[in-house]
Amino acid sequence: MTRTELQSFLSSKMEGLEFGEETTQYLTVTAPKEKLRELMFLLKDTEELAFDYMFSLTAVDWFPKSLGVIYHLESTKFRHILVVHVNTGNREDDVTIDTVSDIYPTAHFHEREAYDLMGIIFDGHSDLRRLFLTDDWVGHPLRKDYVDEANMIVK
Amino acid sequence: MTTTDTNTELKTQEYLINMGPQHPAAHGVLRLILTVDGEIIHKVDPDLGYIHRSIEKMCERDTYKQIVHLTDRLDYLSSHMNNEAVCLAVENAMGIEVPERVKYIRTIMDELTRLASHQLWWGVMGMDIGALTTFMYAFRDREMINDIMEETVGARLTMNYNIPGGLMFDIHPNFQRRVKEFIKHFRKALPEYNTLLSGNIIFKKRLQGIGYISKEDAVAYGVSGPSARGSGISCDVRKIHPYSAYDKVEFNEVLIEGGDSYDRYMVRMKEMEESMNIIEQLIDNIPEGDYQVKTPALIKLPKGEYYQKVESARGEFGVFIISDGKKSPYRLKFRSPGFSNLSILDKISRGHKIADLVAIMSSLDFVIPDIDR
Repeated sequence: MTRTELQSFLSSKMEGLEFGEETTQYLTVTAPKEKLRELMFLLKDTEELAFDYMFSLTAVDWFPKSLGVIYHLESTKFRHILVVHVNTGNREDDVTIDTVSDIYPTAHFHEREAYDLMGIIFDGHSDLRRLFLTDDWVGHPLRKDYVDEANMIVK
Repeated sequence: MTTTDTNTELKTQEYLINMGPQHPAAHGVLRLILTVDGEIIHKVDPDLGYIHRSIEKMCERDTYKQIVHLTDRLDYLSSHMNNEAVCLAVENAMGIEVPERVKYIRTIMDELTRLASHQLWWGVMGMDIGALTTFMYAFRDREMINDIMEETVGARLTMNYNIPGGLMFDIHPNFQRRVKEFIKHFRKALPEYNTLLSGNIIFKKRLQGIGYISKEDAVAYGVSGPSARGSGISCDVRKIHPYSAYDKVEFNEVLIEGGDSYDRYMVRMKEMEESMNIIEQLIDNIPEGDYQVKTPALIKLPKGEYYQKVESARGEFGVFIISDGKKSPYRLKFRSPGFSNLSILDKISRGHKIADLVAIMSSLDFVIPDIDR
């Protein structure tokens, strides 16, 4: 599907989706976090969309508002690409997002990484432990307000 | 011999074994916590981070020109492709069109790097299985590529040849002659590789039927590169989203349907031939022109999100930049092929023996700094 077809198809199937500007590289859609799993099932299981390949999962710190996760999806059949944005609530006390690791198994590792380095809690993840850092590590290094005077060189 | 039957009268129990972080077959500091019963693996739990340097965090304080140099330290065997990914992302975001000459040279360098990487993989793959000779053969030929690199680029491993806007310097006058000499030599050497190892019955028995990845699993787990093409999935970024001069050359995407370790092995062996074909098509036709275009001393990307994927020797390498218009990215993510390929290791090695795990890991071709970042 082309970009415009994809956009109109998605908005006809689901309400509450916000589409990014026309100038972005790929079609970008922001979903409310309650609808994330519903959207992911729709993207993966609908025959016309067939987004079966999640090639990237990025955690972002939208300081000072919220934390966010960006999913890059591609269809190995049609080769169209979609970027899905989801944001948590307030980054101080509400950092939970539903897991998609049962829909896309590759997210299992990526979500563990996002939990480890950004501190996003993935609700329903089967094995949410730190991946790179030791279990007793304090804080999440990729957050914008993380301070580590011994190991970080800040210019 | 895909899975071994463990139903015996004897009472057995599960126990844990540490494989690594310093294990010769891991090719780096990777620790696997194995749950085994006898010698049969029940679970593989990778414990990462022994060389985690948080390069993504470092990128948030560096300029785009500096970031290019950090990417060498990810997958050090695909350093040229990693550099190129960042450069392409910056160039596309800025709307810089690089000269044709740059595109041709980048593509040749990509394929030389891929050849060198696959040669090293072949050497250590034989060594992991127990055939020490392969390492000597592979390094004899890889040395020629390293010498070519040293002459033109000035480095043998961490190349730093690409910069946003082109190349650091022009190719050495000897470059084309020496590359052609190498191709001539390697056309004869590659069949030697096959005689030495590919047809060996012990080697085949160690790999065939071991570590089977189905088509569906490969896509679902995000496996890419030769490892996925061994399961018959068309995923070559050079074909699907062409960059540099890949739209000007003809080459076949090597696909084998089998899905076991031997098929992944054969994909890489055939890919080396395709790489030589690509280089041969380009090496005599490098257009004249500049080797770089002028870029501002301090590059500031317009606000927005930029993604660039390239095909590294291990699979799909991606750079995702979120810019807020400043001199450093707001957030930068490296999608490394090794990280996703590692996530399927647990699934495919269950039921195999520990010695098979070594073979599976070789066939997936891990580079640990690429996983840890």
